[in-house]
Amino acid sequence: MSFAKVARRSFLASVMAFGIFGVGAGRAQAVEIQYWQYVFDTRVQAMTELIKQFEAANPDITVKQVTFPYADYQTRLIAAKAAGRGPEVMQLFYGWLDTFIAGKLVQPLPKAVFKDAEIERDFFPIVSAMKRGGQYYGLPTAVRCMALFYNKDLFQKAGLDPDKPPQTLDELVAAAKAIVKRDAAGNFQQVGMALDIARQDHNWWREILLRQYGGESYSADGAKVAYDTEAGSRSLAFYTGLQKVHHVGQEGFMDEGQAAFRSGLAGMVVDGTFRIASYKTIQGFKWGVAELPTQDGRKANFGSYFANAIGASATGEKLAAAEKFLAFISSEKAMNVWLEKVGELPARRAVALTEANIKDPIYGPFIRGLDYASTPPMVDEAAQRQVSIDMINAVLLKDTPIKEALSAAAAREQAILDKFKAR
Amino acid sequence: MSVTSPRRSPGSGGAWGRLSIAGKQIVWAWAFLALPVAFFAIVRFYPTLEAFYLSLTDWDLLSEPRLVGFDNYRKLFADPVFWQVFRNTFAYLIFGTPIAIVLSFVIAYYLDRVTFLHGTIRALYFLPYLTTAAAMAWVWRWFYQPPPIGVINGLLGAAGISAQPFLRSVDQALPAIMLTAIWAHLGFQIIIFMAGLRAIPASYYEAARIDGLGEGAILARITIPLLKPTTVFLVVFSSIGFLRIFDQVYNMTSNDPGGPLNSTKPLVLMIYQTAFSSYQMGYAAAQTVVLFAILFSISMAQLWILRNR
Repeated sequence: MSFAKVARRSFLASVMAFGIFGVGAGRAQAVEIQYWQYVFDTRVQAMTELIKQFEAANPDITVKQVTFPYADYQTRLIAAKAAGRGPEVMQLFYGWLDTFIAGKLVQPLPKAVFKDAEIERDFFPIVSAMKRGGQYYGLPTAVRCMALFYNKDLFQKAGLDPDKPPQTLDELVAAAKAIVKRDAAGNFQQVGMALDIARQDHNWWREILLRQYGGESYSADGAKVAYDTEAGSRSLAFYTGLQKVHHVGQEGFMDEGQAAFRSGLAGMVVDGTFRIASYKTIQGFKWGVAELPTQDGRKANFGSYFANAIGASATGEKLAAAEKFLAFISSEKAMNVWLEKVGELPARRAVALTEANIKDPIYGPFIRGLDYASTPPMVDEAAQRQVSIDMINAVLLKDTPIKEALSAAAAREQAILDKFKAR
Repeated sequence: MSVTSPRRSPGSGGAWGRLSIAGKQIVWAWAFLALPVAFFAIVRFYPTLEAFYLSLTDWDLLSEPRLVGFDNYRKLFADPVFWQVFRNTFAYLIFGTPIAIVLSFVIAYYLDRVTFLHGTIRALYFLPYLTTAAAMAWVWRWFYQPPPIGVINGLLGAAGISAQPFLRSVDQALPAIMLTAIWAHLGFQIIIFMAGLRAIPASYYEAARIDGLGEGAILARITIPLLKPTTVFLVVFSSIGFLRIFDQVYNMTSNDPGGPLNSTKPLVLMIYQTAFSSYQMGYAAAQTVVLFAILFSISMAQLWILRNR
């Protein structure tokens, strides 16, 4: 090994040390494995509960949960790999899988324990995004999709029926217009629709609106950007029109879309299952959830998830323990804990599609949406998201013509896909 | 320490024994200096040199670095985002530094003459410098919000001026962030200027007044020329500060770091994102080398100006 390489490794090892300290202690004879995820209070609590249950059933295995802030999480995993000390089981976003396989961070699930046929029978079809070359690389505990959150009190005040949320995009615009309030100078006091490009609206445009207008985000094999079309223009015109034409909302109002909704100053917002737990703490007003409004009768939804995968470095008894743990956190029992503690939808159909869940006024719209949700392959989620954000900003802030902004974004995103393929 | 050496046997302490006291002092001095020198070499100089090497590779943290020649630099200079970021970085420098220097000089000049509550006013100016940059950035981020929660827009509205987008504008975002950076460092610069003003002997002023010079002439002929070392120090210090600006930008636009359409993104933020969001360590190293070259040439210019005086 060259000096440079040794130095790089030891640098990375010391970077990692913060996360590893205090993890060494454990029962001497027990196999100890590490589980890594990012910090999100309810998720960490749910996992702590699951680990407790798992350890009670498997006294010879100890699981240490290690968490990092979301912004650092991927870096930590990659740095840990470079330093040669990654976790045995890790949580990863489905869109990171290609990078993680290329970087040898994860290993395929053993087919003896995780049978393809069983996975495909029991889980929602979006689990296929974890399959590469006939091999599954991970399984989710929970899946997420999108729906329309709406403020029932504001609906009522605007003379709308709080039990009849908009079903089509036209109805959405009409409802939003009824809710908007401005002061004498024309500044928003209350928006009809909270807009937040960087959070979920880029997904709403690329995976939902685009499809509802008859388009597709990527080619079937995921290699080509497919939105530089008429459907792309019309869907982008609709989204940017909410601010530019209909004036029912403004990007940046109350800093974040979810903050605008929480504070009761936004009639509606498109957001994901992961927001439910946070919105459940709202005291000031009543809110409801509706399936996403359709266009030309077309339904669409965006399913995504964090899966759990086995680290590439796990071997021997640690690998066996990791398999056991992964099987446990993908079980029906674990999914119920997750649903109750985090509010995210179970990834197994049998657990999700219960009578009670489908009829649930909050989970119901999400679960129905999951049935037709698509989960596009992504090679570099952060970079691809930035392309969509910049495209929308160009239209909103620089008055770039829709078609021009769309073509520029398509070219930029295609370059990202091509670069990944070339690697 | 040298007391022990005469008792040593000639075989073991020969070299040490032959050294003069001055020579021994030098050896001891180096023995004590060795630790910090080694520390700096490993923690500072080695990574710097390593960055030059990495800038010629395609290292992505996951696989072994491969030499790719000057590909990273070619890519960088062909990247429109780099040139945008380059312009932003120099906009912070070219507008930020003079405004900061003139403003802090004017405040220091007049504050120097204020005796009523002098200490309190000085403390008020210095207070922001003590606060964490990230915390200040978040406070300013909320000041800049659109109505109904933004304080500045609230004041504008009360004065009958229409609301401004500030951080959500491709034109206003950079000046808005620059202003907070100037404000944050104002206190420090005022203190340094005041120390400089106090260091000018009062007898010069007395002599000038006896000779009948007006206040303007005193300022132009005595105060400003004698403050030159202070000014040069502050210009260089402030320039380096603006060239390295990061905290304010990152925290004020964390929804879309670097502002809408990269309108506020400085070079350091681009390096950070290239390295820790895209994991293109080689490319990030090339950007670091460019930043190093810029900082190096500005520091050299400083030495040249100092030597010239």
